[in-house]
Amino acid sequence: MIKDFNYLRPTKVKEALDLLSAHKDDCKVICGGQSLLILMRQGLVTTDYLIDIKRVAELNYVNWDAKAGLTIGATTTHRTIEKSSLIQEKYRVLSDMETKLASIQVRNWGTIGGNVCHGDAAGDPAPVLMTLGATLKLGNAAGTRVMPIEEFYTDLFETALKEDELLLEIQIPTPAPRTGSAYEKFNLLSSDQGIIAVAASITLNGKTCKSARIALGNAAPTAMRAKRAEEMLAGQKLADDLLEKVGQAAAEDCEPIADIHASADYRRHLVSVFTKRMVKKAWQQAEKAA
Amino acid sequence: MKKELLRLTVNDVEYEVYINPKRLLVEVIRDELGFTGTKRACDTVSCGCCTVIIEGMAVKSCSVLAMQVDGLRVKTVEGLEVNGKLDPIQKGFLDEGAFQCGFCTSGMLMSARALLDENPNPTKEEMKDGIEGNLCRCTGYNSIIRAMTRVANGQYKEEQA
Repeated sequence: MIKDFNYLRPTKVKEALDLLSAHKDDCKVICGGQSLLILMRQGLVTTDYLIDIKRVAELNYVNWDAKAGLTIGATTTHRTIEKSSLIQEKYRVLSDMETKLASIQVRNWGTIGGNVCHGDAAGDPAPVLMTLGATLKLGNAAGTRVMPIEEFYTDLFETALKEDELLLEIQIPTPAPRTGSAYEKFNLLSSDQGIIAVAASITLNGKTCKSARIALGNAAPTAMRAKRAEEMLAGQKLADDLLEKVGQAAAEDCEPIADIHASADYRRHLVSVFTKRMVKKAWQQAEKAA
Repeated sequence: MKKELLRLTVNDVEYEVYINPKRLLVEVIRDELGFTGTKRACDTVSCGCCTVIIEGMAVKSCSVLAMQVDGLRVKTVEGLEVNGKLDPIQKGFLDEGAFQCGFCTSGMLMSARALLDENPNPTKEEMKDGIEGNLCRCTGYNSIIRAMTRVANGQYKEEQA
């Protein structure tokens, strides 16, 4: 049973930020609510004030320009991102990830900003956004700040968002030339969260790897970069024994939990296998990329 | 708790209700407005039994605050039949026997309808994706896909005209 709350429905960003600063000690922000409402119904989250930003149209957009890259407003739904021809063309890994996120019903109502702020280590967008080098624009009544998404996650379901702050925008730079990206999760039902997930992004210089980014989902209390594995790739040519070592490094550096879905050891094994696969896939895409 | 005024359109009829803002859409549809065709089952955004169509989009009504549909148009399974004529997707389900116990059916119909509205000629894979968020423990889904295929093939077009 959901505990009673006062319902506030701002329609402008400024109004939302003013409400947040007035009620910061006892409020929660809801947008699509696809995660939050479950927690509220289970009594895990209670609040005196619920600030509903679903109608803040200023934050519902997908924009792109060659210099600034891609910017996505926080209240943009997953389905909008999935179906955006702009994103399908320029950031295919992002639209592909969205098609694997939960079900159509959830993607129709749930938002990218809500997912990112929920801070679930098994969330699909975070690893992909990490490998794309995304930054987050956060705001409160006093102003805005920008931080890389990997600094945003501080612990299990915890983020660097201050109590009077709102996520406003997700910013994704234009990928370097000859960059390829890939994402896949392992699960039993395709609409489930990943038992683990791996995203990789590879930039090539000739036949050698110029730089690499690898991010893991549900393999630690938060989504995380596998930095040692990334460093092993720099300056190297694609080879099976290299992939083996890279997968091993990622598996050693993650901190998976054991739960009803998989043991910690099995998760490490999966991380190693999927890291190999995603690095190879991203590499092959980079070879084809302009 | 202060009650809030909610204005919404369900199956082309406008309603005004005063509700506690914590009420979920499925509760308002069933308990306030009496459209009990929409089923409530898992309550955790898993099973899809409570699926309704909001402004053309299939959404699980157990995971939406009713206040969020203020001013919007909602269609429930009761709204599929028009002037005594079943919707083609309902005919398809009947002709293929695409149910046994029937509990998932109203949600399944709404997901199938929303998919066909959005994409009138879906591939089999697209049909599967369209009902991915709806669980059925009886049919094995094949009869549901066949029902959707009938509609996509335009089988009931003349009867609707």
